[in-house]
Amino acid sequence: MLTEDQTMIRDTARAFARDRLAPGALAREAAAEIEPEIRTELGELGFLGMTIDPDWDGVGADYVSYALALEELAKGDGAVSTMVSVHNAPFLAILDRFASDTQKEAWLKPAARGEHIGCFALTESHAGSDASALRTKAVKHNDRYVVNGAKQFISSARIGGATIIFAVTDPDAGKRGLSAFYVSNDTAGFIVAKVEEKLGQKASDTCALSFDDMEIPIENRIGEEGDGYRIALSSLETGRIGIAAQAVGMAQAAFDAALAYSRERQSFGKAIFDHQAVQFRLADMETEIEAGRQLVLNAARLKDAGVPCLREAAMAKLFTSEMAERVCSGAIQTLGGYGYLSEYGIEKIYRDVRVCQIYEGTSDIQKILIARQMD
Amino acid sequence: MDFALSDEQSAIAEMATDFGRDRLGPSAIAAESAGIDRALLSEIGALGMGAIYCAEDHGGSALSRLDAALIFEGLSQGDPSVAAFVSIHNMCAWMIDSFADDALRAEVIPGLASFDTVASYCLTEPGSGSDAASLKTTARRDGDDYVLNGTKAFISGGDYSDWYVVMCRTGADGPKGISAVLVPKGAAGLSFGAQERKMGWKAQPTAQVQFDDCRIPARYLIGAEGDGFRFAMKGLDGGRLNIAACSLGGAQGALTKTLTYMGERKAFGATIDTFQALQFRLADMETQLQAARIFLRQAAWKLDQKSPDATQHCAMAKRFVTDAAFEVANDCLQLHGGYGYLEDYGIEKIVRDLRVHQILEGTNEIMRVIVARKLLADRGNG
Repeated sequence: MLTEDQTMIRDTARAFARDRLAPGALAREAAAEIEPEIRTELGELGFLGMTIDPDWDGVGADYVSYALALEELAKGDGAVSTMVSVHNAPFLAILDRFASDTQKEAWLKPAARGEHIGCFALTESHAGSDASALRTKAVKHNDRYVVNGAKQFISSARIGGATIIFAVTDPDAGKRGLSAFYVSNDTAGFIVAKVEEKLGQKASDTCALSFDDMEIPIENRIGEEGDGYRIALSSLETGRIGIAAQAVGMAQAAFDAALAYSRERQSFGKAIFDHQAVQFRLADMETEIEAGRQLVLNAARLKDAGVPCLREAAMAKLFTSEMAERVCSGAIQTLGGYGYLSEYGIEKIYRDVRVCQIYEGTSDIQKILIARQMD
Repeated sequence: MDFALSDEQSAIAEMATDFGRDRLGPSAIAAESAGIDRALLSEIGALGMGAIYCAEDHGGSALSRLDAALIFEGLSQGDPSVAAFVSIHNMCAWMIDSFADDALRAEVIPGLASFDTVASYCLTEPGSGSDAASLKTTARRDGDDYVLNGTKAFISGGDYSDWYVVMCRTGADGPKGISAVLVPKGAAGLSFGAQERKMGWKAQPTAQVQFDDCRIPARYLIGAEGDGFRFAMKGLDGGRLNIAACSLGGAQGALTKTLTYMGERKAFGATIDTFQALQFRLADMETQLQAARIFLRQAAWKLDQKSPDATQHCAMAKRFVTDAAFEVANDCLQLHGGYGYLEDYGIEKIVRDLRVHQILEGTNEIMRVIVARKLLADRGNG
């Protein structure tokens, strides 16, 4: 059962997705940009500072509310929910947990108010699943670090205002030689080298970054030198709950469209819903969605209770991302040829949701994590 | 029982695979926005792949369905979207070659064989896809002409092709009232809808084809009035083999790229082809593809032999091969990780292209209807 606050947050997200995100989703994809006014409205509604305490200008919602909100936003447009998800966790979550009060005042507050979008730059071209093999270097010179290197698959970097980056400060220390830094995206030497063309999520920009003698003040380091790896991994639970919630939302949107279509479309003299094989497929789809939703809420409730939920979050992400692809593919199949056409919107959802099996740790990485917990 | 290809078949497969790899593959991503280059089609025609299973007297190659399956598998390793377009053209050429009178064959087949002209197939309508016998486009005899009215949907090559093989109603409701006619581009009253935006098959133009008192000479009737649905049904068996072959080739192309990638990509200090879980996935993919290949070739052989269970086998092969190939291509995307999601690597394109093969030429649900009906109808004969 949901509390009054949780219900209110869910309903607010649902209405916003229905009225503001879904109607423009195809145009937003074609323009390959999330409109600034949508970002502003998301901030005004509190979706860009969800789990941050009101003392730091967030709305102080619990993780169940966070999951419900992302599910609903994803129903309207999966590209927008990705931007919201990355902004909340890892970006805000890291600042909330590891930044000093001075840093929070300067960085967390405006971001939690939604004044700009945050990014997270860990992955490099040769190191995705394996974060300990990073090559980007930060060399200390007096009161500054000079950063050189390149990052790959960085969400929102073109429109974003600030980025948490990870760079090697001690090449001999392996994972413990990694440090985290806060940089404004307009810093000299912060270069968006390429905006990628991709299968889906086209409105949410994905960038290759390069850092060319980028100088950042020492005060922009988050935590101590060597804390980077711990910081990078710290917010993965929340990030995965967010991705899993999005996958559920996109699956639900595709299912809703397929169900509506199946009641209208006639073949062999009756609505296709009345063909048993179609009906049974819809029953399977809805059952899988509900199972996925419960996994997400279970992980979120553990998180709210302060119980470690790495395993449950990994399971939720693994199951929901793969479930969502099956459900969206089933929805396309229910619409037949129309499902393959862009204007019906389902093939977009299919393309958007496909990456949920890849980002924030691929399905294989989730399996590694789950297996490691089997003691 | 001999499963080996003949020397001639091996040469055909090699020619098509080489052409796919060298001529279609390099431009596959660009063709998504630029469309299909007519010069490439001419090259395909020059290799005898414009009228593969048409008689030789008007320029056809007189090859078998099994040969065609080899050709489409080969071409698709470079670009499944272009290969599938070539397969639809071949289905039209076959229908004209098999059922039209000699004068019409002589007029049309040489151009189709050389790919100087391109043919499209018009069966589906906005309200009738799987249920094709309920089609509503009409052709009324008027002196020496037919006058067509109606709309065809999802037509590959709409507004691009030179000839349109159109299934239309000349008689009563139901399958026996349907005839096949040939409509040339430029016919009065022929027009096209906007190009559809779709998930894949982007190199192929897809549009509605509209007939508004569209007038064609009566000699463009293929066969006799009322025979159209029978032709359509006969055409479907081969069409399904071709689409399955395009899926198989697309998946094989993706797997080949993936094997290369996995030997280069490192994680946790080793190339990813050394991880057992990924090796097992590769083994499953290869096994699925080999099963698909042998099933497809057997179905093609049955169609060539005019085996009584050919239709059932073509339907089963279409369902199995298109599903297996899609899964393999999708696994290839996953094995590429984030790069699989990027356009530059060409894997996500194959996934998008192959997805529609589970829908067109009869959805895979319709394949199951065909198989189940046959199974239930035959059970008394055992």
